[in-house]
Amino acid sequence: MMLSSAQKRAEYRSLFKHNVKGRLVIDRIAMGIVLGCVVIAIIPLGSILLEVFRNGISALSIEFLTQIPGAVGSGRGGIGPAIQGTIIMIGMSSMIGIPIGVMSGIFLAEFGDNRLGRTVRFFNDVFMEFPSIVLGIFAFLTIVLLLGHFSLWAGAFALSLIMFPIIARTTEESLKLVPLTYREAGLALGLRQWVVTFRIVLAAAKNGMVTGILLAVARISGETAPLVMTVLGSSQFFSGFDSPMDALPLRIWRLSLLPYDSAQQQGWGAACVLIMIILAINVGVRYYFATKNSAKGRLFYRIMGGRKK
Amino acid sequence: MLLAGQKSTHRIPTDKIFKVAATVAGVYVLAVIVLIVFQLYSESHLVWEREGLDFITGSEWNAVEGREAFGAAPYIMGTLVTAALAMSMGVPISIGIAMFISQAPKFIAGPLSIVIDLLAAVPSIIYGFWGLLVFREFLLYNIEYPLHDMFGNSVWLFSSAPFGLDIFSASIILAIMIIPTVSAVSREIMGAVPHMQKEAAYMLGATKWEMFKLAIFPYAKTGLIGAAILGLGRAVGETMAVTMLIGNATGPNAFPQTLFQPGQTMSSIIANEFIEASPASLHLPALIGIGFTLLLVAVAINIVAHLLVSRMLKVKEGVINA
Repeated sequence: MMLSSAQKRAEYRSLFKHNVKGRLVIDRIAMGIVLGCVVIAIIPLGSILLEVFRNGISALSIEFLTQIPGAVGSGRGGIGPAIQGTIIMIGMSSMIGIPIGVMSGIFLAEFGDNRLGRTVRFFNDVFMEFPSIVLGIFAFLTIVLLLGHFSLWAGAFALSLIMFPIIARTTEESLKLVPLTYREAGLALGLRQWVVTFRIVLAAAKNGMVTGILLAVARISGETAPLVMTVLGSSQFFSGFDSPMDALPLRIWRLSLLPYDSAQQQGWGAACVLIMIILAINVGVRYYFATKNSAKGRLFYRIMGGRKK
Repeated sequence: MLLAGQKSTHRIPTDKIFKVAATVAGVYVLAVIVLIVFQLYSESHLVWEREGLDFITGSEWNAVEGREAFGAAPYIMGTLVTAALAMSMGVPISIGIAMFISQAPKFIAGPLSIVIDLLAAVPSIIYGFWGLLVFREFLLYNIEYPLHDMFGNSVWLFSSAPFGLDIFSASIILAIMIIPTVSAVSREIMGAVPHMQKEAAYMLGATKWEMFKLAIFPYAKTGLIGAAILGLGRAVGETMAVTMLIGNATGPNAFPQTLFQPGQTMSSIIANEFIEASPASLHLPALIGIGFTLLLVAVAINIVAHLLVSRMLKVKEGVINA
């Protein structure tokens, strides 16, 4: 009896050992696959950055950044109008998109706790996922057909449609982080609600809002699809808000359609400028927040604040 | 004598104006959505009237005056096929990344999340340009030719001669592009699984993989499916990178049959032909009709995804859109 039970126990133990071994092997394999997934995802990013900088840096020169494009295939000229167009369009769409986005975020955070607010929030999220080319068609139908020609206005309008829902949601999120007591303190002092919102709540939520706005700017500066049918592209410098204009992503697209090596070279140069703008915004925002939100950062600001007094 | 109360009645009701302005800005998004749907439908109704259901099911595409035929079936199928292929490749990788980030120590997980987010910030046009000039050759010589040589005669998927600008390369670019979105959302969803669940699994002696299998996947299933569908929505609406890599076939030839054949998606045909289409002919209404179809497909997918994800992630709604 004892013997058989001891035998059984030994048998179980060996079974258990065998089982553990197998399970550990499966675990190792699974974790290896997981690590493989990470590597697979990192390779394209590394390759994109490497190729863009390796091929792009050599194309950069003062002439390339400031001149109008030369004759097709000549390899001369530059992307001056494209850079100018991208900057002007960012400015114009910010002028439309930021006020609407911020006000919409204020609505969602301060007055949005009801049925209308929930509807707006939901459709805001859905609108954010609208294909950007559809927004381009919409801008084409409403503005290009109305004015009768392709124009900067149409492009800026299309881009503002991409911009404002992003800003609205980030503004809402950062306004919600401001403690209710701040608002109550303001109201208790007899301030009106709009003064409280603009002078106290927005000031406290500034960082989050700036992040949202900058990320929205980074997003629209790379948008191509809605520009194809709104600003069309051109090879001249700015000549009025009513005329077609070039933009960096559009220029890259046009260059990619050309069969010449020199065009590819210029395309890499334009891609390099574009990616530097976008990565600078993204990395800058993240770095700023990493230092500001960490305990060390907060301590630093407290000390600096204390010294000023 | 003027009482304080009297004075305030003569003040401009700034608070009311403020509230109205905020509400108008909030409702703006609803107005824009309604206008977009209305505009796209009314500008394309000519083609719906003429072609009827053939617009969705037909595959002839001819803009020449007198011989006009507009069937969008190949492009609708092209969109669905590329997006589905991208999802089947991108989603498992994304979930793997999310698993890694949820397990890795902080000094690896933090920077890795940032790198993955940077992948999301790279614009579509740069993916396309890189895909066209760098990735296409890699794919053509290292994957497409070997597959074609080995299985070209036996498996119909690989039967057409590869050229590099085809449904396969467009799908892979799409897969790379949806990885950041899907992995960011999956990461948040796995983070939302209660610690108790994980600890209970560990307490039973589970290995890491078994912990995922026992505790995280069953709990996070809905949310992960939502994340995958969100990626599908992104893939469906994606334009430039696909336009540059899919080969831009038109007509019945564009109907996806093999992997290595040039195709066309709804968004790429709009990007290619919109400027050349004359507003007087049926060509422009047909393209707008395709845009309308694309919008309906994308919105339907996204609404489903949002409902699934937000059920799981009530806490961190903002992340879904990051």
